[in-house]
Amino acid sequence: MFTSLKRTIRIGIKSFARNIGINIATIFIITLVILLFSLLFIFNSASKILIAGIQEKVDVSIYFNEDALTENIMEIKSVVSQIPEVKNVEYVSKEEALDKFIERHKEEPILIESITEIGDNPFLASLNIRVLEASQYSQVTSLLENGSFKNLINKIDYYQRKPVIDRIFSIISAVNRGGFATALVLCLVSVFIAFNTVRIAISNMGEEISVMRLVGASDKFIKAPFLIQGAVCGIISALIAFILIFSFSYAITSKVKVLAPDVSVLGLFISNVLFIFLLQIAVGVSLGIFSSLIAVRKYLKI
Amino acid sequence: MILLDNVSKIYPNRSLSGEPITALENVSFKVGKSEFISLSGRSGAGKTTLLRLILGQEAPSSGRILFDSYDISEIKKSEICHLRRRIGTVFQDYKLFPTKTTYENISYIMEVMGADDEEIKRDVPYILDLVGLTERACNFPKELSGGEKQRLAIARALIHRPEVILADEPTGNLDPYHTSGIIRLLLKINDLGTAVILATHDKEVINKIRKRVITLENGRVARDDEKGRFML
Ligand SMILES: Nc1ncnc2c1ncn2[C@@H]1O[C@H](COP(=O)(O)OP(=O)(O)OP(=O)(O)O)[C@@H](O)[C@H]1O
Ligand SMILES: [Mg+2]
Repeated sequence: MFTSLKRTIRIGIKSFARNIGINIATIFIITLVILLFSLLFIFNSASKILIAGIQEKVDVSIYFNEDALTENIMEIKSVVSQIPEVKNVEYVSKEEALDKFIERHKEEPILIESITEIGDNPFLASLNIRVLEASQYSQVTSLLENGSFKNLINKIDYYQRKPVIDRIFSIISAVNRGGFATALVLCLVSVFIAFNTVRIAISNMGEEISVMRLVGASDKFIKAPFLIQGAVCGIISALIAFILIFSFSYAITSKVKVLAPDVSVLGLFISNVLFIFLLQIAVGVSLGIFSSLIAVRKYLKI
Repeated sequence: MILLDNVSKIYPNRSLSGEPITALENVSFKVGKSEFISLSGRSGAGKTTLLRLILGQEAPSSGRILFDSYDISEIKKSEICHLRRRIGTVFQDYKLFPTKTTYENISYIMEVMGADDEEIKRDVPYILDLVGLTERACNFPKELSGGEKQRLAIARALIHRPEVILADEPTGNLDPYHTSGIIRLLLKINDLGTAVILATHDKEVINKIRKRVITLENGRVARDDEKGRFML
């Protein structure tokens, strides 16, 4: 058993070295496949973070009339937080709203001056509502509008923002779906090309494989070195792809940061480093092994 | 040990109008343990076809071929390797492994047999010396002369001490000196208990061996003589 394992590995590595030209082609193409898979993974994760970030920023504010009592508002708050789709509800009193405004515009003394000149606090108390998913906003708002306390409500600013929110989400989901579909097609194409490369590599050995059968080698004995060769190609490809992906993440991190401050590509890479590495090894090795296996089988008929 | 029972082999003709090609027709004979059979006949008589059927490379169109008690055409594809390991074959077109060196062409057979490294290190140089290829151990088949390839093919068929040797025209490319060497080698191996089926149309070779001769003519057994001579 040990002898045969040792022998198989020796034969596999030797034939890898002897067919180095065609193996380099195989490694090249498997590397491409792995890169595609890894990029697919990274883009997918990055866009998830991006979406989560935008979702975090989307909210609905309900402004109450001047005469609404704090107790009433608190009551509404507890009712709203009972709705299962609602993630959280934040109460902003008139004073807090003013403070926030002053804080936000402290660089613009004229604005603040004009506010203080009015003397009275012009801001309304509000509830800030976040739901779990953007599509649920309309449900929640319609619920509030038809509730018993609708005469306390001054305005709901969801409607002012609705078109913008809808646009953002439709764009993100389209980009996401389109990108995913493209990447998936590319992955399939590249897998197909990889299979074909290995098939051509092994077809040079077709005659030889048939003779192996004729001198009494078992199918397992014939296949094993090819599988080793495929696995070696897969592992080398995975290592190359790993280094490339790392450099790529390193290079684009600062650029992506400018566009989307929430997304750190390098951070994403590092926090998933084990998964990415295993994914690459798995893709590489299984591609190498399966395509060799399928290619060799053709010649095992005699 | 090998029994051919009414074996026929008919190949389809690739030209549409042509009749099917009958390569073998109702061939029956028996090969005893450690028997030496010369298979003679003109080019196209069906010698190679007969050997291909025995090796299970192709199935007969009708009839049975028994190896001991196994029917060769009924053995599963995954199990035929066990049978083939008991046979050593010199193919007419050699069928050497082009990507393996002379040494590896032979050691591969021993690896197939499950020999350990010690045995391989001991036996391969020995047989290389026997066929005079020691100097060519590290060359690839395409770097060998026709005769050298042939001798390598013979060495590959002998290395694992098979129970039967199927030798298809093993001296076709050899000069008289090497031819008589190979014939002596085959006779000696036969003396040690290995059955030999030697297909050849070389008159000198058959007359020298003076053992059983089966003559094929257009796919039929025309003669089967103990201690025969070459006939055409
Ligand atoms: N695969 C095949 N398809 C069609 N016809 C074939 C096939 N193999 C052999 N034949 C035909 O069968 C006949 C016998 O061929 P075979 O190779 O057995 O002859 P042979 O006796 O070995 O001749 P030689 O001495 O020239 O080697 C020939 O007429 C050949 O053309
Ligand atoms: Mg022939």
